[in-house]
Amino acid sequence: MADSPRVALFVTCLVDLFRPSVGWAAVELLEKAGCRVEVPEPQICCGQPAFNSGDRRTTEELARQTIPALEPYDFVVAPSGSCAGMLRRHFPELFDDDPAWKARARAVADKSWELVSFLVDVRGMSEPPGGFAGRVTYHDSCSGLRELGIKAQPRALLRAISELELVEMEGCEVCCGFGGTFCVKYPEISTKMVEDKARRAEATGAELLLAGDLGCLMNIAGRLARRNSTLAVRHVAEVLAGRLETPPIGVGRVG
Amino acid sequence: MEPTSLAFRERATRALADPVLSTALARLETGWQAARARAAADLPEFEALRDAAVAIRDHALAHLDFYLEAFERRFTERGGVVHWARDAAEARAIVLELCRAARARTVTKSKSMVAEEIGLNAFLEAHGLRVIETDLGEYIVQLAGEVPSHLVGPAVHMTRERIAELFAKAHGGPPKQDSAALVAEARRVLRQRYLEADVGITGANFLIAETGSIVTVTNEGNAELTQGLPKLHIAITGIEKVVPTVEDAFVLLRLLARSATGQEFSAYTTFLTGPKRPDERDGPEAMHLVLLDNGRTRMLGGPMRAMLRCIRCGACMNHCPVYLAAGGHAYGWVYPGPMGSVLTPHFVGIEKSWPLPNASTFCGRCEEVCPVRIPLPGLMRLWREEAHRRGLAPPAARFGLALWAFFARRPPLYRFATRIAVALLGAFGRRRGRFARLPFARGWTESRDFPAPEGSTFTAQWRARRGTGR
Repeated sequence: MADSPRVALFVTCLVDLFRPSVGWAAVELLEKAGCRVEVPEPQICCGQPAFNSGDRRTTEELARQTIPALEPYDFVVAPSGSCAGMLRRHFPELFDDDPAWKARARAVADKSWELVSFLVDVRGMSEPPGGFAGRVTYHDSCSGLRELGIKAQPRALLRAISELELVEMEGCEVCCGFGGTFCVKYPEISTKMVEDKARRAEATGAELLLAGDLGCLMNIAGRLARRNSTLAVRHVAEVLAGRLETPPIGVGRVG
Repeated sequence: MEPTSLAFRERATRALADPVLSTALARLETGWQAARARAAADLPEFEALRDAAVAIRDHALAHLDFYLEAFERRFTERGGVVHWARDAAEARAIVLELCRAARARTVTKSKSMVAEEIGLNAFLEAHGLRVIETDLGEYIVQLAGEVPSHLVGPAVHMTRERIAELFAKAHGGPPKQDSAALVAEARRVLRQRYLEADVGITGANFLIAETGSIVTVTNEGNAELTQGLPKLHIAITGIEKVVPTVEDAFVLLRLLARSATGQEFSAYTTFLTGPKRPDERDGPEAMHLVLLDNGRTRMLGGPMRAMLRCIRCGACMNHCPVYLAAGGHAYGWVYPGPMGSVLTPHFVGIEKSWPLPNASTFCGRCEEVCPVRIPLPGLMRLWREEAHRRGLAPPAARFGLALWAFFARRPPLYRFATRIAVALLGAFGRRRGRFARLPFARGWTESRDFPAPEGSTFTAQWRARRGTGR
C-alpha cells in the first residue's frame, strides 16, 4: 500500500456538476503522488445540505448510501475541505445510536482526506507538477481551516512554484459568506461578506484567487464578476496540477 | 421583552443599510478582535487555561445541585439571603417585594444580562420605582430607550455624536464632542444617583461555593458603588454561575477579560462576601441574591448543556461575520450573536426564533475563540434539527430540500437528471461563462453572477474515459 495506495476520489457534487476539470486536476495530482485513483459509485453528495438544514434523516440515509462505496479503499480524498470535513468529523456523529454503522463511519472517516492536505501530509508532496506565473492570493475556506487544520499545506505547495508570487489578503481566514444554503437564506448578509472578501482580495493586486472549496470559489467569482473585476478565480488543484486550459470560474469560452 | 427574532432578516437588511452602524461594527473587528488576538498570544498558557476552564465549568455543572447548596450555606452564614426563582416572573416578583420592603423609590443598577432576560427595568418602573443604569453603556442605552446590542458593550452600535445628543437632552447644556467630557458628565450625574439610591441591583459574573462570594467584574467601578452605597444590595444571576473555589474563579477571570476586550484583567474585580459586618464601616446592611432557573435546569439535562459553560465574554459575537454585518438588535431579543442564537430559542421557543440558529455559515470562528470551547455551530445545528422536525422553515426552503433529497437518494435518477440539467445550463452559459439572472436562484443572482457549469459531469466524463468504478 505504501507504494501505490488505492484511492477513492470523492469528487463532490459541486465539482461533478459545475467544474469537472477540478476532478481531473485532482486525479492528475493523486496519480503524480503515486496513487491508483478510482471513482466509486454511488457517491452523490456528502450530505451537508441536509445536515446543515437540520434534516438528520436524509443525512443519515445519504451516509448509509455512500459509506459502503468508500470502504474498500486505502484512502478517500475529496477536493474540498467542507466535504472532507463532513466525512471525517461528522459521519461518525450521525450514528451515535447505531454501533455497527458508527464503526463503519469511523473507519471511513479515519481514512478520509482533503486533497491538498493528503498530498502534503500523507504523500509527502513538496513540488507540485503544475505551474503558474503571476501574483496569487489564497482564501482559507472555513471547514478546511477549522475542522481539518488546512493552512500551511496549500501555501507550501504554491510557494514551491517558482514564478508564482503568493500575496496574503487581509482577513484570509474570514468566511466568504457562502455557507451552503446560507447564501440564499440570508442573501443580504452573504453579499456583505462576499463583498468584503472581494475587496480585500482585489487589494492584494493579485491576478488570481485560489481556494480549496468550489462553493466558496463560485460565490467569490460570482461577486467579482458582478463588480467587473479582472481578478480571476480557480480551484487550487487546477494550478497545482497545471490544468489551466479551462477558463477561470465564471469566465466564458471564446469561439 | 417580546422577541422579534422572526424578523431577523429584515432587521439585518435594515442594519446593513445604516452607515453609522456599519462603522460602529467595523470598530469591533479592528478593535476587540485584534485585542483578543494580542492578549491570547501574549499568554503562553492561554490554550491550557481554556482547557482548565472547560473542566471547571463542566465539573461545576455536573454537580450543580451540590455546589449551589454549598454556596447557599456559606452565603447564608455570611449574612446573605438566597431566593430561588423558577422563572422570570418569580424573579421579578422577588426583587419588587424586596424593594417594597425597603420602602425604596430609587434603584441603581449595574450591568446584568439576567436582569435584561427577565425584563426587570420595565417591570420595576411599571411599579413606580425609578431605575438608573450605572454602566456607562447601559446608561446610554437607557437614555435612548433602547436595549443593549452587545453583551460587553451595550452601546457599541452608537456613535459619539448620538451619545452627545442624548446627554444634552437628558442633562441640559450644549452637546459635547469630546469623549472625555462625555464620560466626565456621566460620572458627575451618576455620582449623585448612587447617593440617592435606596437599593442597588447588580448581576454576578461568578458565585464561589467554598466562600459564599459573589464576584462582579466591571471597568468602571460602578458595580462597587451600586452595591456598596445603598442600604440594600440585590444581586441577580443564573444558577449556572457557581464555581467550586476561588482558584477556579481566577482561572475564569483570567480568560474573561482577555476574551472580551483583550485586557489582562478588568479594571475592577470585586469579591463580595456578605453584607456589612458590625465592625465594618462600608457596605450594604442587607445582601440578597436571586438565583434564576428560567429553563436552565432543562438545558442542564439536555443535549445543549455545554451552553451553560458560557461566561458572557462576547468573543463569539466580536468574531462573528454575521453579527458584525447585522448588529445585535437584529437578533431581536436579549442575547445576540452566536451565543444568543443558541440561548434565545431556549428562552422564547424555537417557533419564535428559528431564523437565529439558521443565521450562520457555520464558519466556526465563534467556537475557535470561545474561552470555554462551547461548540456553538454544533448547538445551532441541534436547533436547526428541532426547527426541521417542527416544519418551521419557509415552504420554499423545505420543498427545495425535499426535492434535492429525493434525487440524491436515487443515484441513477440523480445522474440522469443532473446530466441533462448541466448540459442545458452549460450550453446556455458557455459563451459568457456565467448567468446574471436565474429564475430559481434569485437570492444568489441579485448580487452575484452565477458561474455556469462546464457542460458535462465529472462522473460521466470519468466513465467515458476510464470506465472503472462500480
